[in-house]
Amino acid sequence: MLKIKDINVYYGNIHALKGVSLDINEGEIVTLIGANGAGKSTLLKTISGLLKPKNGNILFEGQSISGKVAQAIVKQGLSHVPEGRRVFANMSVEENLELGAYLRKDKQGIKEDFEKVYNLFPRLLERRKQLSGTLSGGEQQMLAMGRALMARPKLLLLDEPSMGLAPLLVKTIFRIIDEINQSGTTILLVEQNANMALSIADRAYVIETGKIVLSGSSDELNQSDQIRMAYLGGH
Amino acid sequence: MEFLQQLVNGVSLGSIYALIALGYTMVYGIVKLINFAHGDIFMVGAFIGFYSITILDLGFFPSLLISMVTCAILGVLIERIAYKPLRNATRIAALITAIGVSLLIEYGVIYVRGAQPEAYPGDLIPATSLDFLGVKVSSQSLLILGTSVVLMILLQFIVHKTKIGKAMRAVSHDMDAARLMGINVNNTISATFAIGSALAGAAGVAFGMYYTKIEPLMGIIPGLKAFVAAVLGGIGIIPGAMVGGLLLGVIESLVSAAGFSLWRDGVAFVVLILILIFRPAGLFGKNVREKV
Repeated sequence: MLKIKDINVYYGNIHALKGVSLDINEGEIVTLIGANGAGKSTLLKTISGLLKPKNGNILFEGQSISGKVAQAIVKQGLSHVPEGRRVFANMSVEENLELGAYLRKDKQGIKEDFEKVYNLFPRLLERRKQLSGTLSGGEQQMLAMGRALMARPKLLLLDEPSMGLAPLLVKTIFRIIDEINQSGTTILLVEQNANMALSIADRAYVIETGKIVLSGSSDELNQSDQIRMAYLGGH
Repeated sequence: MEFLQQLVNGVSLGSIYALIALGYTMVYGIVKLINFAHGDIFMVGAFIGFYSITILDLGFFPSLLISMVTCAILGVLIERIAYKPLRNATRIAALITAIGVSLLIEYGVIYVRGAQPEAYPGDLIPATSLDFLGVKVSSQSLLILGTSVVLMILLQFIVHKTKIGKAMRAVSHDMDAARLMGINVNNTISATFAIGSALAGAAGVAFGMYYTKIEPLMGIIPGLKAFVAAVLGGIGIIPGAMVGGLLLGVIESLVSAAGFSLWRDGVAFVVLILILIFRPAGLFGKNVREKV
């Protein structure tokens, strides 16, 4: 579904992604794990069109999307839930969800998706008239995910959905990620919480200072000593 | 009654400031730029209105509409040509460009038609005045106030209920997040300039009716005062600009009525200094950031 071939991304003089390649098949949950500053968010931003790769290619469902504007990429069915939720704090929960469906014209379908999102996150229904800036961190994460789902994406990019959340809430969020995947959405999940990420993912990539250093099935990586030491708190 | 009379005059004048201040605040809200050419768009609006009335022989409302449309186009052109290439440049570069655009419009107009003033015809609407408990309200003031109120309600409707309004609020809050929703940021910014400039155009026609005299440098002082009004209310906050404009108009009228009319312009800037000292974020502004 998504094929990234040898992309290089720069911030000015800083070489942030060095020849990264990555594949995602339809229906999978793929996770990208790595330390702070390894280039995880940079990769997601490049996929969703917020950053432009200097070279290399990104194919989404067989079509090249590298260098396209974010707007065009959303339209093709690829949504990105950015790091730090980035909800529109000055707008209500409902308005945030409406903006998620900004490019859609099918009123009936949008109405159905409102119901789907409220089913998935009942908390958002309770707070739908509330300004999203007043929500708790967990609720904002739910809103950011719900907002992305309103675009009816085929591929969902999730950047650090567990960041700053209480352990119980992290579990809930991961359960919902799994549910979203079960209902047919392919997921690329970026996480620092490697344990949780590997527990729901089919496959994983490990990124270090802008390079993919390891990849394989979640089980393989769970067994790997190198990973246990570096990311799983090594026992 | 004298006090009430001045209050009514102040509200009428203040509604003109408010219309201009809205453009300042909307543009600042979305691109974080103080558009110093905004006062000159207001001036162009006054002239377009004047020519529509005198040359095309149109009434108040058609002239108002023509002026608003022309100013909207002018605002979009200025943004696309002068500001858009600088969107990733430093703020000071954009600010200096705005001052340059301001001078260009002022002296461009002088080059085209000369610096001589014009007088708005006084017979645009029947000059009657209504008496409310001893307070005299001219038909002109009522028309200005009514037009401003209708435009402000319309603006609130656009910003809160329409798709483009929601896109404007989203872009002003977080440009990248808005991009991820599929919002076309460039078009949204253009729409903001168009709406803000149209309001300035309307203010220009209203100002012409109120003060009669218009000239190419007339945008400078009302532009600065509207900027003060926007800061007074909290720059970037739409209701803040409305309240700030009305408040400034009322303060000015009361200062004049108290016999200090020469101090009138100075008072606006005293107000600005006081706000910057005691409430830098403005009346409606929040000093604390939202939690992240």
